[in-house]
Amino acid sequence: MASTTTAPLTTAPATTRVRPDTRRRTPRAILLNVALLLGLAASIGPLVWMVVSSVKPEGEIRQFPPTLLPADPTWSNYTELFAQLSFPRYFLNSVVVALIVTVGSVLFSAMVGYALAKLDFPGKRTLFALVMGTLMVPGMVTFVPLFVLVANLDLINTYAALILPFLAAPFGVFLMRQFMLDVPDELLDAARVDGAGEFRTFFRIVLPQAKPALATLGILTFLGSWNNFLWPLVAVQSADRYTLPVALALYSTGQNTVQYGLLVAGATVIVLPILVVFLALQRHIVQGIATTGLK
Amino acid sequence: MTVSARRRRTGLAAWGFALPFTLLFAVFLLVPVASSLYMAFTDMRGADLRTPWAVNFVGFANFAEALADPKFQQAAGNTLYFVGVAMPLTLALALLLAVLLNSGLVWFRSVFRVGFYAPVVTSIVAVAVVWRFLLQPDFGLVNSALGAVGVDGPRWLTDETWAMPALIVMATWRNVGYSMVILLAGLQGIPRDVYEASSIDGAGPVRQFWSVTVPLLRPTILFCAVITGIGYLQFFEEPFVMTQGGPLGATNSVAYEIFNQFGFGNYGLSAAMSYVLFVAIVILSYLQFRLLRTEK
Repeated sequence: MASTTTAPLTTAPATTRVRPDTRRRTPRAILLNVALLLGLAASIGPLVWMVVSSVKPEGEIRQFPPTLLPADPTWSNYTELFAQLSFPRYFLNSVVVALIVTVGSVLFSAMVGYALAKLDFPGKRTLFALVMGTLMVPGMVTFVPLFVLVANLDLINTYAALILPFLAAPFGVFLMRQFMLDVPDELLDAARVDGAGEFRTFFRIVLPQAKPALATLGILTFLGSWNNFLWPLVAVQSADRYTLPVALALYSTGQNTVQYGLLVAGATVIVLPILVVFLALQRHIVQGIATTGLK
Repeated sequence: MTVSARRRRTGLAAWGFALPFTLLFAVFLLVPVASSLYMAFTDMRGADLRTPWAVNFVGFANFAEALADPKFQQAAGNTLYFVGVAMPLTLALALLLAVLLNSGLVWFRSVFRVGFYAPVVTSIVAVAVVWRFLLQPDFGLVNSALGAVGVDGPRWLTDETWAMPALIVMATWRNVGYSMVILLAGLQGIPRDVYEASSIDGAGPVRQFWSVTVPLLRPTILFCAVITGIGYLQFFEEPFVMTQGGPLGATNSVAYEIFNQFGFGNYGLSAAMSYVLFVAIVILSYLQFRLLRTEK
């Protein structure tokens, strides 16, 4: 009896490991993979073209068919871009805003998520209902009144205007609450018995437990802030507060003679750091998206 | 320590945790949500920016003005066109890619997954620069490639007929990876033996797709449809950076019109249009729930 039940279990992994190698060379498999490769080319082709073109002189960018590697690589697009526009400044603005938004909103989400999941306090149900109710309210609906509010707080053209509205993120709160529900109560009780206060318990016990959720939420919040366009476009009117997307959009739509070299270099400055981060952390991002549905 | 004292202590500590978020949430989200409803029923303009209470109530006049405005009607039609084509296209392509990637025959699944997802993380502004070049009528890659096989490509972004399809393709390119990743995770959650059982019953791959994959994946498809629909209804960045809503308003969208009316200083009108869009988002999400809810 025992041998008949264990035998299939031990042989099953071996067959599944061997089978794909032979099946993967059938004509059907080759056709499937070639089709996927063509799709992949369509998907990343434009991004590859962007990065390669940014180190080509203007004439070579327009050549057809495009050269895969630059025949005459040059940094002149970048040097000209940095000379004409204060791109280092915009880059710094984007980095500072995205970092503060990420750290702040993830920390605040974790704190309130913990309170909603594990503690009792007056007003808890109302707060949770309000968070859930605003989960789906799109930025398109609130940006006009938000602008009026920010103007009356005298915050137009400030970093505060770019940062403060994004520190309160209902989706982050929802996500952290769901995660904190799974933190075992025994762990918290043990910490309290040992005399740790609520805040010590949170920072020493709860936050380390929540690392995977914090990482996923942090990466995605950073991405969202880095690529954010509508609100910075509205809230900031002087060039020294522009973020990268605002600067590039206004520059690329506002000129008569199009210099693709400069534009492509500017686009690469925005996209390449994010792509590098994405490739380095893609496990967190892709799995995080898959489990949370968060963009 | 008595029970009530302890409760009070955790109550205070809990509010300590909740306070930073709650304050910012109240000021920067609840206040704008409430005041957008207020503004939608007033004649507030840019000149009233510093005196938002010194405005007149106008009832539904803003809503009536928006709905009667030919530009808004055109924008609404364009938005429906965009959502109606781009959303099914994105979901179908995402589902196709997910099913193909889930096959045991794929050589480098994680490479494909990362590659198809990469456009999702890119800035729309940066991507627009690239696509404007690709679609450039005289020397852009698309028309050069079409020319090489003897086809005379249209002047994509300045052609009333072709501007919207170009933006639809671009939006699909950029968003398909998001749904694909979620659908792939959903597919991996379907037990293998369900497929084995159905192939013993003689079901081929196509039959399996319709009678096993789609029904079991229904909640995941619904989720992707709702998220994609909400995003696409707010169609703004693509026309802003690619066409400025042109040519002749052919790619103007409701969201873009909200932005424009805000720019003209018509805050009340703009807020009313926002509410029309919000209602459309709620209705679309509701319809999707009705359509894709587990069949009975």
